[in-house]
Amino acid sequence: MKARVLGLAAAIALTMAVAGCSKKSEQPAEQSAAPAATVNPATAGTITGTVKLVGTAPRMPLIKMGADPACEKNNTGPVHSEEVVVGKDNALANVVVYIKSGLGNYSYPAPSEPVTLDQKGCMYHPHVITLMAGQQFQVINSDSLTHNIHVMSADNRAWNESQPQSAAPITKTFPRPEMAIPVKCNIHPWMKAYIFVFANPYYSTTGDDGAFTIKNVPPGTYTVEAWAEAAEAQPPLLSGTAEQQVTVAPSATKSVNFTFQAK
Amino acid sequence: MLPTAGVWGIIHREGKRDVTEGQGSDVAARSPKGLHRFAVFTTACTFVLLIAGALVTSNDAGLSVSTWPFAPNGILPRMVGGVLYEYSHRMIAGFVGLATIVLAAWAWRRESRAWVRWLAMAALLLVVAQAGLGAANVLLYLPAPVTMAHSALAQLFFCTLVALCLFTGKWWQSDLEPLGEEGRPALRAVAGATAAVIFLQIILGAAFRGAAFRHNAVGVLPHVFGAGVVTAMVAWTAAIVFTRHGDVAPLRRAVKLLMALLAAQLALGIAAYWAVLYQEQLPQPYPLPVVLTVAHVVNGALVLAASVWLALAAFRLFGPVPEWAMVPAALKPRPGRGGQTASVRPS
Repeated sequence: MKARVLGLAAAIALTMAVAGCSKKSEQPAEQSAAPAATVNPATAGTITGTVKLVGTAPRMPLIKMGADPACEKNNTGPVHSEEVVVGKDNALANVVVYIKSGLGNYSYPAPSEPVTLDQKGCMYHPHVITLMAGQQFQVINSDSLTHNIHVMSADNRAWNESQPQSAAPITKTFPRPEMAIPVKCNIHPWMKAYIFVFANPYYSTTGDDGAFTIKNVPPGTYTVEAWAEAAEAQPPLLSGTAEQQVTVAPSATKSVNFTFQAK
Repeated sequence: MLPTAGVWGIIHREGKRDVTEGQGSDVAARSPKGLHRFAVFTTACTFVLLIAGALVTSNDAGLSVSTWPFAPNGILPRMVGGVLYEYSHRMIAGFVGLATIVLAAWAWRRESRAWVRWLAMAALLLVVAQAGLGAANVLLYLPAPVTMAHSALAQLFFCTLVALCLFTGKWWQSDLEPLGEEGRPALRAVAGATAAVIFLQIILGAAFRGAAFRHNAVGVLPHVFGAGVVTAMVAWTAAIVFTRHGDVAPLRRAVKLLMALLAAQLALGIAAYWAVLYQEQLPQPYPLPVVLTVAHVVNGALVLAASVWLALAAFRLFGPVPEWAMVPAALKPRPGRGGQTASVRPS
């Protein structure tokens, strides 16, 4: 009898051990290569431009917030999915434009100010977040209800935390560059956002006017890429040439435009 | 739900080949009646738990409560959105866990057959392991191997309880002389293999649903192939029952039930596949895809349970049932005190 009890206790202990091991150990910070130089502001240039949609914008589905009456109450008008957000003159918002390749060996210290993701009206603001590796990422809850923030990163440590109303901001950092990390709230499954973590500061996200500006770019030839959520969807709602070769002359501003075609 | 012992008794009497005549209620059950009823109750609760679990997955609510076992802001959080599904699943699971503890303790104290006692203990072990996997799912953020193991163990636990219902019922414990089985392969072997194949098919379904296969080259193909194999195995089992044992009412009825559930499952499978693809284009879970996927998962559990039931019934009817699985002779009712020996041969 004693042996049987011990066996049962061992089984329960094993199960508890599985649960106990669930907290992943903190990943070490990335060992970045030793920086060779800093960018000279006197010769640095700028890449600027717009992203536009060609064709009729796909109609975004209406989000139904009936699963949580408090969310419905927080929104006076209809709320649509933010997969495609089109502004004036077919300007495409929430597109991340960044230098994909061609950069030399420069040092890029992470900005000291945090990037903030707000949960308001049971939606994420902004829908697309960009920051540098090592920069602080802050999540705040402006709603009077609980959200969970599930960050599904692959190269960085994934995490999922609940954040009740009036709770202190959740602050994290991403040690490694990683593209399009999905963020979701499983309580309110329509809440989706994406995080982009870059190794350098050469990125910009378009607003409602579709405009982007990448500053302080050292002279050189680069591959610039534009990422639009709807072009990566399954099935894709947009198509387009997302990459362009760009040459930046010393102290010059180079204009480059992207277009995405509605399917 | 599957028929319990009482229903089986009725089925037997309707059959051409009477396999229970004379005993039924006359034979004193070796398992306490209450134990059998409690096993049926626990099985019914587990069926509800399966529905609740499927709702969690279909509503993508698995991580809506980030801590385990309780919510971060109290034992009873606000039951809205994904929390409604996830936390309901936890509470029902907690209740099923308690019911299983009671069932195992009851069997341990009152059941005369050691192997039934150990099976009840195995059920308890399974539910504890299942709770551990549930915790791992929450705290490790739904890794594919853990979600698949959670799905598979749920089915094993459900089938264990279904088997306990059968073993503690009157029909299993009645004095049945083994029927002779002519022809090879034996129904027991084919029915057992069918149950095993259905279990593997459910794991493939869980792998697809949990996105282990969905976004790569193989996609749903393994599950579709599995559906073909399951259909062939059920057809083979049915052919054996109808050609060799068509006059054995329990088998005939059981295989008809299995075929009906499988037909429903194939239709639900096509609908659920459409639902999964359709759902991916939507900003949030919609009721129709949720209902279809939940129905497919839950009906899959019934298909497996029916196949297990049929396989066990075949073993009981055709033997040889090992000595340890029989009721001890000392506990058999004596003639003249309400017990009669059943006639299992066709008249």
